[in-house]
Amino acid sequence: MRTLHKFHGGVHPPQHKAESNGLPIAPAPLPKRVIVPLRQHIGAPAKAQVKVGDHVLKGQMIGAADGYISAAVHAPTSGTVSAIDLHAVPHPSGLPDLCITIEADGEDRWIERQRIDYKTAVPDAVRHALRDAGIVGLGGAVFPSYVKLNPGQQAKIKTLVLNGAECEPWITSDDMLMRERAAEIVEGIRIMAHLMQPDEVLIGIEDNKPEAITAMQSACQGTSFEVVAVPTLYPGGGEKQLIQVLTGKEVPSGQRPINIGVICSNTATAYTVHRAINHGEPVISRVVTVTGNVQKPQNFEALIGTPISEIVRQAGDTSHYIMGGPMMGFDLTNLNVPLTKAINCVIAASPALFPPKPAAMPCIRCGQCAQVCPCNLQPQELYWFSQSRNFDKARAYNLFDCIECGCCSYVCPSHIPLVSFYRFAKSEIVMQDREKIAADQAKERFEFKKQREEREKQEKAARMAEKAAAATAAKAAAAASGEMEDPEAAAKKAAIQAAVERAKAKKAEAAALSPSPHPSPVEGEGAKNTEPT
Amino acid sequence: MSSSPHTLTPGSSVGSIMLLVLAALLPAIAAYYFFFGPAILISLALASATALAAEALMLKLRQYPVKFFLSDGSAILTGWLLALSIPPLAPWWLVVVGTGFAIIVAKHLYGGLGNNLFNPAMVGFAVLMISFPATMTHWPTPLMLAQHPISIGEVLQYYFSGALQGVNLDAVTMATPLDTLKTQLSLQHTVSEVKNMPIFGSFGGKGTEAIAAMYLLGGLFLLQRRIITWHTPVSFLLALTLVAALFNGIDSSRYASPLFHLFTGGAMLGAFFIATDYVTAPTTPLGKLIFGTGVGLLEYVIRVFGGYPDGIAFSILIMNAAVPLIDAYTQPRVFGHDSGVKS
Ligand code: SF4
Ligand code: SF4
Repeated sequence: MRTLHKFHGGVHPPQHKAESNGLPIAPAPLPKRVIVPLRQHIGAPAKAQVKVGDHVLKGQMIGAADGYISAAVHAPTSGTVSAIDLHAVPHPSGLPDLCITIEADGEDRWIERQRIDYKTAVPDAVRHALRDAGIVGLGGAVFPSYVKLNPGQQAKIKTLVLNGAECEPWITSDDMLMRERAAEIVEGIRIMAHLMQPDEVLIGIEDNKPEAITAMQSACQGTSFEVVAVPTLYPGGGEKQLIQVLTGKEVPSGQRPINIGVICSNTATAYTVHRAINHGEPVISRVVTVTGNVQKPQNFEALIGTPISEIVRQAGDTSHYIMGGPMMGFDLTNLNVPLTKAINCVIAASPALFPPKPAAMPCIRCGQCAQVCPCNLQPQELYWFSQSRNFDKARAYNLFDCIECGCCSYVCPSHIPLVSFYRFAKSEIVMQDREKIAADQAKERFEFKKQREEREKQEKAARMAEKAAAATAAKAAAAASGEMEDPEAAAKKAAIQAAVERAKAKKAEAAALSPSPHPSPVEGEGAKNTEPT
Repeated sequence: MSSSPHTLTPGSSVGSIMLLVLAALLPAIAAYYFFFGPAILISLALASATALAAEALMLKLRQYPVKFFLSDGSAILTGWLLALSIPPLAPWWLVVVGTGFAIIVAKHLYGGLGNNLFNPAMVGFAVLMISFPATMTHWPTPLMLAQHPISIGEVLQYYFSGALQGVNLDAVTMATPLDTLKTQLSLQHTVSEVKNMPIFGSFGGKGTEAIAAMYLLGGLFLLQRRIITWHTPVSFLLALTLVAALFNGIDSSRYASPLFHLFTGGAMLGAFFIATDYVTAPTTPLGKLIFGTGVGLLEYVIRVFGGYPDGIAFSILIMNAAVPLIDAYTQPRVFGHDSGVKS
């Protein structure tokens, strides 16, 4: 038995998994129209590769990765591009984003698929294939996988962690995928392991999923991969928490797991890696849990871009919808948004399932929040500094290490929406930093201009002085000795002397002016370090 | 539309916490009733009424929703803690003045729930102690009450008329065990001589030692329900024990045993119910240890060497003042960091 470690705190919210894991994953019906956002990942949005009116095939790349941290998007079904414009998307900001709308032709005809023999291909070719297949972390963080699977400077990867913890209540999409498609997930892990050559491969699954654990164990037979049952404790599926539980190592603040020789990836992502490399299929669908106040809670395999309203058949008194889990998900009031790679769960919420939160009371400093914080922060202090806009203090108390897991709010007896305060403070600080940099740059430009004007003035003065000096020197020389030197030579000498001095002054000035590197706003303090799945 | 998390711990609220703390006091109140008669019940009722009235008044003046805040139970808890710390058989205005001062000045003038620096009940206690020292140190004794049982009617009569027909008040009250010990020691008696006096029980004061044991029981209940953490009570009682053992070891004829100190005066009440007050104690684990140790040591010093019979109120108030500093310097190491707070 592997010795497991503990992370600080954590909570046990009611699980509500049984509602949706009783039925097998069902294919969602083919929608008439799909809306594919160009930004479904962390990083730059994909660049559209089609025009309105183009006919596209299922699996055809319609948006290409733009830059290093970006990922491609693909046509989920065959049809005609009818619009490339702003459309409502499931995002906490509520802002619309650029989407490609495709009217399905109903044939669902595939583009020619090319599998790759990853064992013989060069690793970079495999990574390229992953990028072009639009593979991103499906646990919710949607970080481009080919970037993650690039060891870069890190010479040796010690551990490859597969995250099948699924610690958020209500969500069962990873659970069902592991139960039903364990062998394919393991194929995907093989590809990842081949790319990274880790010393060990650990598959962490919370012990409330015995079926998934058994399925993965039997699929791992004959491999060196180890399935590890981890205690059910939210947010045990947070990347840094799972790594801590499995390896005992803490990912240093502001760094990524790879800095300590660990790579962590979701099991659902491993599945898409297998489909992409061994079948040539890009990410055009995903498994999504539809649960809560619906007629039949269940997991669906739905095409990316399917309007969520076509998957969710809610019961009468639904008040709103939660995208993701109840601890970290965000609210939507309408379902006129497409399914994206990031959406692993839609919960129809009713007042009975999610009672309105009671009004907040003052913080009574009970410290319960601090006892459950997985980062060992002091949420009550962060709250105090955030609400009093004492942002420097909030930062000093490591606000940016907060993963917004919601444990603190969950236990707060005063019902304070702590996480909202932290989000507010973080965005204010980022904005202030940006403003400060802009102001610094403006100041620098102004100083530079002032100095240039000053220099020009000095130069002018110097030239005048030089001329005068040369003239007097010449005169003096002539007066001193009628024969030793001719006045012209003396004037030249003085002029050379003056020029040398001028050059020296210029050099010193240039050194003083050379621009200093700008401090970047919150480098290494990613607003969100991990997203528990 | 609300932000995550969308679900909260079922049943958790400030009110439910306060209710549990009040419930944890019940065994001690029962023991109190058993040994000292019904006076404590009237004292608690009076304290509750005063606390609620003062709280409502202040909420109204400060334009807060009165009903919403009144139902959190924090004011009643303050009243109860004060009533349990002062003599039960005392004129009615004693508990009213103490509770009123606690709620109006120590709680609301310092910013209300969550903001007050000093423990309101202990501020109320200190004010009474300084203003009415004689009244504050005269407690009914179980022994004498056994000879002259006092009914509720008589208590009320005493409360409001200040006299008791047929009973000489001095016959049923006397100084507390702690106070007696101190006085007698100054008269050159030894600890063991003094402890043979009838007001002393097997290891504390007669009756009070049982009440202290009930506070301990209630405290263990709060620990089990995770309302409080072990840090404060353990460090408090440990510090008190160690320092008492040290002096007891040096000269056992002049310094009482640790057990005596643990089970007399406000030690148990203080350790589990007062030093653990959320608002006025540190929040970090190390901070709680420092705070508890400080209160335990000061408690002993004031009790044994100071001018007051018990040190719980003053030791807590002194340590309250240090809380912001303690918190600032005891921030635990944050995940992925070498330290707690960035400089
Ligand atoms: S849990 Fe709530 S009331 Fe308690 S210390 Fe934290 S923020 Fe304050
Ligand atoms: S939301 Fe942030 S502060 Fe609250 S428990 Fe999670 S990590 Fe800690």
